[in-house]
Amino acid sequence: MADSATTAQRPLEALTAKDYRSEVKPVWCPGCGDFGVLSATYKALATLQIPKHQVVVVSGIGCSSRSPYFMSTFGLHGVHGRALPIATGVKLARPDLTVLVMGGDGDLMAIGMGHLPHAAARNIDITCIMMDNQTYGLTKGQASPTSFLGHKAKSTPYGVFARPINPVLMALASGATFVARGYSARPNQLAQLIVEGIKHRGFSFIHVHSPCVEFYNTYDYYDERVTDLPPDWDRHNLRAAIDLALTESQVHLGIFYQEETPAYDERLRQAAPERKEFELRRFLEEKHM
Amino acid sequence: MPRDDFVIRIGGDTALGGIISTGENFTLAAARFGFHTFTFRTYPAEIKGGHAWFQVRISHRPVISIGDGCDVLVAFDQEAYQLHREDLNPYGVLIYDSDLVHPEEDKGITLYGVPFQRLARQELEFVRGTNTLVQGLLAGLFGLPLVALEEIARQRYRRRPEILQKNIEALRFGYEYVKRLEKRDGFWLGAADRVARLVMSGNEAIVAGALHAGCRYFAGYPITPASDILEAMAAELPRLGGVCMQTEDEIAALASAIGASYAGVKAMTATSGPGLSLMTELLGLASMAEIPVVIVDAQRAGPSTGMPTKLEQADLFHALYGGHGDFPRIVVAPGSVADCLRMTVEAFNLAEKYQCPVILLSDQSLSHRTETLEMPDVAALPVVDRLRPEGLAPEQYKRYEDTESGVSPMAVPGLDPQTYVAPGLEHDEHGHPVLIPSVHVQMTHKRFRKLETCRREIDGPEFATRYGDDKATLGLISWGAVEGSVREAVERALAKGYRVAALHLRVLNPLPLDTIRDFLRRVRKVMVLEVNYQGQLAHHLAAEVGIKPIRVNKIGGLPFTPGEVLAKIEEVVNHG
Repeated sequence: MADSATTAQRPLEALTAKDYRSEVKPVWCPGCGDFGVLSATYKALATLQIPKHQVVVVSGIGCSSRSPYFMSTFGLHGVHGRALPIATGVKLARPDLTVLVMGGDGDLMAIGMGHLPHAAARNIDITCIMMDNQTYGLTKGQASPTSFLGHKAKSTPYGVFARPINPVLMALASGATFVARGYSARPNQLAQLIVEGIKHRGFSFIHVHSPCVEFYNTYDYYDERVTDLPPDWDRHNLRAAIDLALTESQVHLGIFYQEETPAYDERLRQAAPERKEFELRRFLEEKHM
Repeated sequence: MPRDDFVIRIGGDTALGGIISTGENFTLAAARFGFHTFTFRTYPAEIKGGHAWFQVRISHRPVISIGDGCDVLVAFDQEAYQLHREDLNPYGVLIYDSDLVHPEEDKGITLYGVPFQRLARQELEFVRGTNTLVQGLLAGLFGLPLVALEEIARQRYRRRPEILQKNIEALRFGYEYVKRLEKRDGFWLGAADRVARLVMSGNEAIVAGALHAGCRYFAGYPITPASDILEAMAAELPRLGGVCMQTEDEIAALASAIGASYAGVKAMTATSGPGLSLMTELLGLASMAEIPVVIVDAQRAGPSTGMPTKLEQADLFHALYGGHGDFPRIVVAPGSVADCLRMTVEAFNLAEKYQCPVILLSDQSLSHRTETLEMPDVAALPVVDRLRPEGLAPEQYKRYEDTESGVSPMAVPGLDPQTYVAPGLEHDEHGHPVLIPSVHVQMTHKRFRKLETCRREIDGPEFATRYGDDKATLGLISWGAVEGSVREAVERALAKGYRVAALHLRVLNPLPLDTIRDFLRRVRKVMVLEVNYQGQLAHHLAAEVGIKPIRVNKIGGLPFTPGEVLAKIEEVVNHG
């Protein structure tokens, strides 16, 4: 019989990455970058040993937004673009829960873009994993807000005329307190970024290049360009992080920026610590009599 | 014998200051003293300036409606006189600022010209006290003891003794000034019972009901006439350990409320028509994923931006039918301020029981009118919580189990071990996405079965109130804030010997079909009254119970008065 010290070191029921996998099989195409992101997410949760029922994964619509179904945690597969406000409600109602948002470039940079600056500015304590394949995979290959200028897709036969939106720059400009970038072909590094993102108290934004093999295969492009952050990178320097996000010759991976500042729920509880029971009669007498 | 149940209307440009507060203060003072009051207000949508008016019906007996026209008109300026003179009833009273208003010779009414502003400036050196002086004047003229007004002033200015002194002087000056006028009108308040009652607006009652029901998450985006629900929730919820957030738009408001409710905390948002339009896609999600949530729509005159500060009951179609796909939702509508409190509690209970969105339709008049009401019986307002999968092994748990009632247990993250994914996609009983026809058939039936279970619960007098003659030949059907006017009109019609009855619906989806059919069986003609152009409830009833009622519709931004309803009753009875 193991004594308590041994049990503490090595819990008999330690969760493994596999435990976070559901019985639903992913519907993604073979070779899709999202497999790498999903397994990195399993791994990150196992690293942190967060009980399955204390995790809520919220998503919108798109290939990557199917992620919650493939996880054995709680999840909410909502409507297109609204994962961030739904997750905001989950977290503010229940600060004890670990809340992840998983979605794509269409969900978070197009239809749902209006919510990103607000979730970031409020510093809602959630981790947003944006799987960027630069295309609309689920609707079969239209251009997305992160498609490269000139990209010829079904909906843009003469090429995309808009410059691609830079998600890392957008998150930094919005005031996100944790901003990182990963690559689905480097799942171990990505898992570590997700671990750090979850541990960060506040709004964590993790931009992940996750190529679409079917409609916009960019593996070669990113394999050539991804690189680690410069040595001795100071992740607390916002201006330097913005400069790095603007770099076009290389695609840097790692934690661009991190800032410790109270999350929305912490500020709320600091400002209004009082907690009393509601009693209708007393309330009406005090306010309306 | 003097009239002891009458309407005082006060009008003027908001730039003069204190138009609305003159009425509000007078109302509060009267209600604290035991009088019954029923107010109505309308104000310009402009930011500064523009004509505003306020009216209070006041009596020592309970009042249930806005009343007809006005009996006493207080005109702060010429515009007020011109706009409201035609609403002044025969033998009414016109009190006016004699420096600013020049009334025509008017034999049917009593005129009291008083230079409000000049008196405040010259006699009191307190121009801002003009409205306080008028309150004193009204008290003196109509028999509200001065102490009632002084008490309100003492409370309001308890930390500013100099201002308090000025206000007391202004009140007394106005009160005493009545001696210089020769009282020659027929209005005098009777003796009040001195019982302190609640004075609340519809929006305030919704807030109280929501907090009682256990709402601890609110998100909203400012919009007239619902903004004060957001403001009150922002003040109250943090103290109760809850959260209120002003969101970036109405979409985020409902989205976050759905998120909070999914996480086990009762949640609400409040908006008006334009916001409900934006929230519509999320209504479908809440219904599909079976997440309880309450949405208050304080209706205003539409379409588009419409008339933000005027009422209309024209969002019923949207509440009943808005959204893509077939999905169940519950729609409730309170008929009075007291009902706002009760029906908000019911809205939460129904949302929790049937795990779907519940839309509560109020309107601009109900949002902002105040009524005196008795302290509600808390024991009669039980609170219901959602069904949870207690004791069930996670492997056995089916979040969307196809049950007899349609209701299946809902696990709460972090508290229950039975994890599941709430899906916007069609799904099987486990919540796994399945897009095959037989599953869609099964799950659509399951979701709509909840409405049938709900219909059985609400099909009775608690949610569909019948007034009037048991042997009525003419039946009126109404919904929402017109209830008081309909009830009063029916009482007056009965007193005149007409055989009428009314059925007032508090739940509009699902409809209490047995109750409605029973009502219809017993009358020969049916009239449906509503403040909209299209006859939205009449349409709904035509579809659900196959009747072609006489439609009585009013638009223009003002509510039905009992006299208007009575005139319709007489018209239909006497002329078919």
